[in-house]
This record gives sequence, C-alpha cells and structure tokens, in this order.
Amino acid sequence: MKRTLYKNLKLKLISITLAMSIGPLILLGGGIYYQFGKLYKERIEDQIRHMARSQSNAVDVFLRERTTILAMIVETHTFESLKDQDNLSRLFRLINRRAEGLGLVDLGVIDDQGRQLAYAGPYSLKGLNYYQQPWFDEAMRRGKYISDVYMGFRQVPHFIIAVKGETGNSSWILRATIDSDIFNRLVRSAQVGTSGDGFIVNRQGVFQTSPRFDGVILGDSKIDTQKFGEGTTVIEKKVPGSDTRYIGGSWLKDGDWVMVISQIAGQEKGWLVRARNTEILIIAIGCLVICSAIVLISHILVRHLEQTDKEMNELNSQLIQQDKLAALGKMAAGIAHEINNPLAVIGEKAGWMEDLLAEEEFRNSVNYQEFAASIAKIEEHVDRARKITHSMLGFARRMEPRLDDVEINRVLDQTIDIMANHARINDIEIRKHFTDRLPVIASDQSQLQQVFMNLINNAIDAIGSNGTIDITTQLDKDSINIIIRDDGPGIPEAIKKKIFDPFFTTKQSGKGTGLGLSISYSIIEKMGGRITVESSEGKGTAFVVSLPVVLPEKK
Amino acid sequence: MHTFRILVVDDETDFLETIVNRLNKRKLDAKGVTSGEAAIDVLKEELYDVVLLDIKMPGGMDGIETLREIKRIQPLVEVLLLTGHASVETSIEGMKQGAFDYLLKPMKFEDLLVKMAQAFEKKATHDKKIRDAKIQELIRYPSRVFEQEKK
Repeated sequence: MKRTLYKNLKLKLISITLAMSIGPLILLGGGIYYQFGKLYKERIEDQIRHMARSQSNAVDVFLRERTTILAMIVETHTFESLKDQDNLSRLFRLINRRAEGLGLVDLGVIDDQGRQLAYAGPYSLKGLNYYQQPWFDEAMRRGKYISDVYMGFRQVPHFIIAVKGETGNSSWILRATIDSDIFNRLVRSAQVGTSGDGFIVNRQGVFQTSPRFDGVILGDSKIDTQKFGEGTTVIEKKVPGSDTRYIGGSWLKDGDWVMVISQIAGQEKGWLVRARNTEILIIAIGCLVICSAIVLISHILVRHLEQTDKEMNELNSQLIQQDKLAALGKMAAGIAHEINNPLAVIGEKAGWMEDLLAEEEFRNSVNYQEFAASIAKIEEHVDRARKITHSMLGFARRMEPRLDDVEINRVLDQTIDIMANHARINDIEIRKHFTDRLPVIASDQSQLQQVFMNLINNAIDAIGSNGTIDITTQLDKDSINIIIRDDGPGIPEAIKKKIFDPFFTTKQSGKGTGLGLSISYSIIEKMGGRITVESSEGKGTAFVVSLPVVLPEKK
Repeated sequence: MHTFRILVVDDETDFLETIVNRLNKRKLDAKGVTSGEAAIDVLKEELYDVVLLDIKMPGGMDGIETLREIKRIQPLVEVLLLTGHASVETSIEGMKQGAFDYLLKPMKFEDLLVKMAQAFEKKATHDKKIRDAKIQELIRYPSRVFEQEKK
C-alpha cells in the first residue's frame, strides 16, 4: 500500500519533469529541423528553377537562330533561284560547311500547293506533296512554323522549321529538317548527379528528347504540363516508397514545349539527412542525460521522503505511547489513591486483630488457628493489593530522576546478585558480557535498578526453567546500550506492539501487574533513553536499553 | 529512659484508632487526632517525640502547613509523613520542611515500626546532644544559665 504510494509519486515526479524538460527540447529540435528543411528545399528549388530557365533559354536561342537563318535565306533568295535543285543543293552544302553545328539534315522548297519542288538532303523526298500536312497549313498561315519532334518517314527523331516566303502573289515555303539529337546534347548537361534528369516535353507531355530515366523519346512522360505556370515553376512529386522528386519546368518555344529538370531531393539532401541524424543524436544524448538525472533525483528524493515519513511515524508512535502512558498513569494514580486509604484501614484492622489474637483468652479459643490463618490471608492479600497500587503510583510519579554518579556495570552486577538466587532455582544461567569502557554517567541508580530488575525478571519468567540470559553492555557513539537477551520462546508478533502498554501481561493472574515494562519504559524515556525489543518466536527475546551518555558535572 | 510519645494525625478515624491501639499495645505512648488544627493544639500543650502525619487531609490545614507549624512549635519533634498518594513533590517538600521520612499508605506495620525506631533514635541522639551541650554550658558558664533560668 505504502510502497505503491511512493512508487506512484516517483512515477508522477519522473513523468512531469520529463515532460517539462524533454518536450521543449524535442520541440526545439523539430523546429530547427523544419526550418533547415524549408531553407534547403528553397535552395534546391532555386537551383532547379535556375537550371530549367537557362536550359530553356539555350533551346529557345537554338530554335530562334535556325529560324532566323531560314528567314534570312528566304529574304535574300528568290523563289525562282531556290526552287532550282542545283541552287538549293549548293546552298545546303554551303550552309553545312560554314555552320557545322547547325544540325541541318535537309532543306526543301515547297510551293503553295504543297509540292516539294526542290530538296537537298540524304533522302529522296523530291516531289512529295505536303498539302495535307497540318504543319504546311500552319506555316502558310503564320509565316513560320517549328514542329514537335517526330519520326516521320525516316524513323529518326527530328523536327522541322518552315518559313514562308512571298514572291508577288504566290507564297512558298522553305523547310529545314533539324536533327533533334542536338537537343539531347543540350539537356544532357542538366542530367547531374545520380538522380538529376533533364528533358523537353511538349504540351501533351510527350518526350521531345530522350530522358535519362523512365522513358524514351516520343514516349509519354506522364507529366501534366498544365501544372507548370507562367515562367519557371517547380512542383514536387512524391513517389511512394522513394524520395521526393522535385520537378522544375520552364516554358519555351512560345509555350509549346517545357524544359523539365528533375531531381530527387533525398539524394541532394544527403547532408541534410546527416545533419538531421546528428541533431537527433545530440537530442537523444541530451534526453538520456536528462532522463537519468531525473530518475536519479526522483529516486533520491522519494527515498528521502520515505525515510522521513518512516522516522515521523516512529516518532508519532512514540508520542502516542507516551500519551497513552501519561493518561493511564494519571488515571491509575487516582484509582490507587482512592484504594490505598481503605486498603490501609483493612490492613491495620487485620493487624490489630492479629495483635489481639496473641492475647491469652483468644489463644485457647477453639477456632484460634482458623482466625490466625484468615488474618494472615487478609494481610497477604492486602500486601498484594498494596504492591499493585504502589506500582500504579510509581507509574504516575513525576519524579525528576535523581542524578547520581552511576556505573552501569555495577548497577547490573548488583541487580544480577539480587536475581541470582531466583535464576538458580529455575536452572537459568546469567552470563555477563560487559565492556569495561563504559563511562560513569549521571543517572538515577535506583530507577535503573528497577528497570533492570524488571527486564531480568521478565527474562526469567519467559524462559521458565533451564535456559540462559545474556547481559551485554556496549558503548555506542553517544549512548550506552544494555542488551538483555533470553533464549525463551520469544514474543508473538501479535502482541509485540502491546508489551509496553500498562496492565498488559501474559503472566498468570496474580503473578504480574502488567506494569513492569510500562514503568520501565517511562523511566528510561524520562532519562532521555529508549527501550526497544527484538524478538523472534522460538529464538528468544532481546530488550535493548539505550541510555544517553550524560557525564556527571564536576563537583 | 522515658516512654516515647507519639502523636498520630489522620482524618480517617478507622485508621487512626487502629494505629493508636496497635502502637499502645506495643507499650508506646500514642495519641490520635483527626486534624492539623487539633494536632497543633495538642503540641502547644504537650511534648512529643514523633508525629505521624497524614499529608493529604481534606479541608482545614494541609499536611505541609501543619508540618511547618509543628516544627515551629516543637522544633525537636521528628515528623513521619504518611500519604495515600505518591506525590513525591509533596514528600520532598516535607523533607525540606524538616520531616524525618515518609511512608506510603497502606504501609506494612513492621516498616512503620522500623521507621519510628529510627526516628526515636535520632530524637534521642539529638536530645542527648542538647542535654550534653546544656551540661557543658552549665559547667563552663553557670551564671549565664542561671540568669536564663531566672528569665
């Protein structure tokens, strides 16, 4: 019951202090980590955004460059000269020689009916009619047109740039095929690290270049391009079971294509993860230190409390015992006084009768013996009653102990001498284990003798016959201990608490008053000492009298 | 040797009578009175060797007061205190006031006789000393003694 109380208290103490100290610590750690992560995310996004923008600018510039070259050709050449196959071939060779990195695969001239009038390039496409092709219509309408990447007839990813020229009333188109492989080279520079990817998709999400992972050119990227807003935008894409992938997109080619840069955050966040782990480690060590300190402190505190409570309880029970003794003592004294007076009359009357019985006239009476015996009995029992009332009064004595110079060993010797005969009759050996280091103390010799006599007498009564009483004296730090140990049957646990109560006795009626131990208790207590009892059933009992060492004043 | 005279003072008449009877039976000259006042009156008239005085008496003079008065009238009388109450303070106070000893009621009659014998002995020694002193004085300064006698 008590145990659980202390245990609960300890748990409560520990949990409250833990919550109060570790809660804020974890909150702080979490806050720092969150801020860190946010900052880092912004950095990564910035990086991706920047990369997407610069790459898309490069592609835009690439496209504009080629469109401008075609426009320049259209502006500076006439339809008549270009539709001539030789002229076109010469021009194509010239351009390829002068500008090798242009990626120009072929060049064609188409009239307003969609017929390819001249063609310069590796395929024989002369004479093809493009009238039905959507790009043709678009180019005729808008003046210039850049297509998405497609395979076309030749099964190589490419795209075309078409620029419309006008001669008089008729329009015509100069069409160039560009090898889209050049894009791959451009976007490859964005495929950084082990997870970075860069590619171009069109508005429908179809790859315009070969992505590094998960897809092929002209395959579906599964990217919803509608998510990319104006300018350059970064979106997050959570892949279950793997790290977050950041995807940055930047529109190019007048909003037809998106330059996509993607990167797995986890990979790039490597050092962030390390920082987080370090932080967790520091917090964990901190928590460990705090926890152990709290547990230790709580343990010490509760143990201290328990100890104090125990002492308090002991003190309380002592006070209760003293109160009980005082109250009972007062009552006993009152009763004793009231009984003493009539008892004195009875005793004296009996004595008087005894006196008279000694006279001649009674001596010859028939019932003389009877009278004498009766009177003797009356006197015996008055004597018995007197002993009780006197003990009761002794108990109420508010006597300040008279201070003699007392040698404990000598007092014990004297007491043992008095008791020796009684012990011998019952085959009981009294053994002395005295230390000769005891100082002479200021105490009340006769009261001490009374106490020792009570205790030895009890020991003899407890043994009954045939046994040993060991009487030991010891000098403690500031007290003298007198231990009176018998090898009797011991005191049952149930009555251990009552043995110092007045009128409590286990002896036969008429043999004990039940006052010996309680008087002894109050005598020793008044001297500033204490009597304790250690007893185990079947093994015997030891009464320990502790007396404070009070040195006599120098006379 | 004169017979020792004892005055017993106790309000419990049953007790008083019996004690007086028992003492008388032992050839001691005992007389009983039931109050402190009566004791004082008697002591003003007659000389006693020992007074057996009950400390605790209801009403009138209490034991200690009576004792003080007795010692004033007859400083040489030995007083044995009797009490039914172990009021040691009272007993000590009694001893301070010059009582010879005290006994706790009910006492054994033998104890009473022993104490009384001691008291008589003390009284006798005391008396003898005074007598001797008087004789010495008479031998050394007879005139002074006679003058005192005349007064």
